[in-house]
Amino acid sequence: MGFLHRHRNLTPYLLLAPGLLYLGLFFVVPLGFLAYQSLESGNFDVGYAFTWAWGNYWDAIQNYRGHFIRSLEYAGIATVLALLFGYPLAYWIAFRGGRWKNLLLLFIVAPFFVTYLIRTLAWESILADHGPVVSVLRDVGILGNDGRLLATSTAVVAGITYNFFPFMALPLYVSLEQIDPRLIEAAQDLYASKWKAFLRITLPLSLPGVVAGTLLTFIPAAGDFINAQLLGSPKNHMIGNVIQSKFLELTDYPAAASMSFVLMATILVMVALYARAVGTEKLTG
Amino acid sequence: MTSTTLEVGRPRESPFGRIWALVKHHVLTVYALLAFVYLMLPIAIVIAFSFNNPVGRFNYTWSSFTLNNWKNWDGVPGLRSAMVLSLEIALLASIVATLLGTLIALALVRYGFRGRGATNFLIFLPLSTPEIVLGASLLTLFLNLSIVFGFWTILIAHVMFCISFAVVTVKARLIGFDRHLEEAAMDLGANEWVTFRKVTLPLIAPAILAALLLCFAISIDDFVVTYFVAGSRTTFPLFVWGAARVGAPPQVNVIATFIFAVAVIGMVANVLVQMRRERAAATA
Repeated sequence: MGFLHRHRNLTPYLLLAPGLLYLGLFFVVPLGFLAYQSLESGNFDVGYAFTWAWGNYWDAIQNYRGHFIRSLEYAGIATVLALLFGYPLAYWIAFRGGRWKNLLLLFIVAPFFVTYLIRTLAWESILADHGPVVSVLRDVGILGNDGRLLATSTAVVAGITYNFFPFMALPLYVSLEQIDPRLIEAAQDLYASKWKAFLRITLPLSLPGVVAGTLLTFIPAAGDFINAQLLGSPKNHMIGNVIQSKFLELTDYPAAASMSFVLMATILVMVALYARAVGTEKLTG
Repeated sequence: MTSTTLEVGRPRESPFGRIWALVKHHVLTVYALLAFVYLMLPIAIVIAFSFNNPVGRFNYTWSSFTLNNWKNWDGVPGLRSAMVLSLEIALLASIVATLLGTLIALALVRYGFRGRGATNFLIFLPLSTPEIVLGASLLTLFLNLSIVFGFWTILIAHVMFCISFAVVTVKARLIGFDRHLEEAAMDLGANEWVTFRKVTLPLIAPAILAALLLCFAISIDDFVVTYFVAGSRTTFPLFVWGAARVGAPPQVNVIATFIFAVAVIGMVANVLVQMRRERAAATA
């Protein structure tokens, strides 16, 4: 440690080196390879050659615009639904949970303890044509006699909403739980109605949680392909399904790589726009 | 329920406000209970169908109760080796990622240095990249370098996506850390290493444990990235994926139920210990 003592300003770099080196090698460098691959042309049989094939990007957007839009649409709807369902629940635990708060939180994280794929398969059986939900909906006339839920966009959005719900509810809870209840009492002492106190005190103070939850839900949802694969039909396939099959089944690497970048860029742009709309200071919290 | 006592003796509130408060109070509770049912419903199905005796290949409709799936949890070829691989990867990946992540977190919270912003950004980036892009980029790396897919490629990938989670977890604890304790140790003649071992490490141990558990949970559940880099190896989620196409055997539900039970028992025990400690602290 004598060396470290004499070179104190080196210590942080020594601490950082192994981890950052690792991320450089296995996160940054692979993205470079992906970028390189996205500008190649050729096919699996004759091999690929780097030709600055920007056309791959144009093709990706042209041919799969529907998939991109659908991904953003499904992810967007699922994020809004998770926010609407999650906020009252997080509020109830934070303000009414008393000393059972931490135990009640378990209900929110519990889905994470069941393997993602198995959760989704369970939804498949719940929404199946002979399952309980469809038969009830048919009985009350919401669904026609041959109406179904599986293989529809409803099922895919429902699956995404459920699977990423904890990502929304947990940050919401954390920000709500930190609110000093005396602030709300003070507002009410100053003649604010409960509703007004909520709008003027609770809601603004919980915005960091809303922002964090929205991002944590939207980003993985937009790249998801499992829900569309298991709960949807090819009509509901998202861009993740296309990337996955082009990489692993069709071995059309340049096209899949360029689509990956378009997906990443789209998400980054949406996140930036969102951050701008809500104010960046709230992003960093 | 502090809020109910507050409502007493508030005559200045409008009648509408009082009714609204009453409705809201109960509506919210009913809503919360319904939300819990919604969150638990698929889990209940998974658990119930681990006791099902399915007719035919698909374990989708209930036929009769049996304990056979639990007795023969090992009765499906490939399931045990998939489970073993998942556990090995999760154990190794969580240890390596937590070690690397803790060092980064220490540097970020403890030291001012050039490149802090860039480091924070590099930690944030993998968290905000869709998993499919992480998997795809590793796939192209390994393909282009002609690395054989298997145990090592899976491990490399899992460590990569776990590091950021470990950094975030440990950092959160270090920020609320009282540096005076360390200064006191140094004043009493301890050198940096001894101070770290005797003061810092025990204080951040809970955060390190939390990071380990989080990484373990993320690793053992990962499907997307693993799917891209596994080659011919099969982890538990990959096994489920393959089995789902031809009808997943009820043994898959048995394993899922078992993992769920272990996790929940661990969490409940942890929460109860915490509650008891808080109560003891409150009465002391």
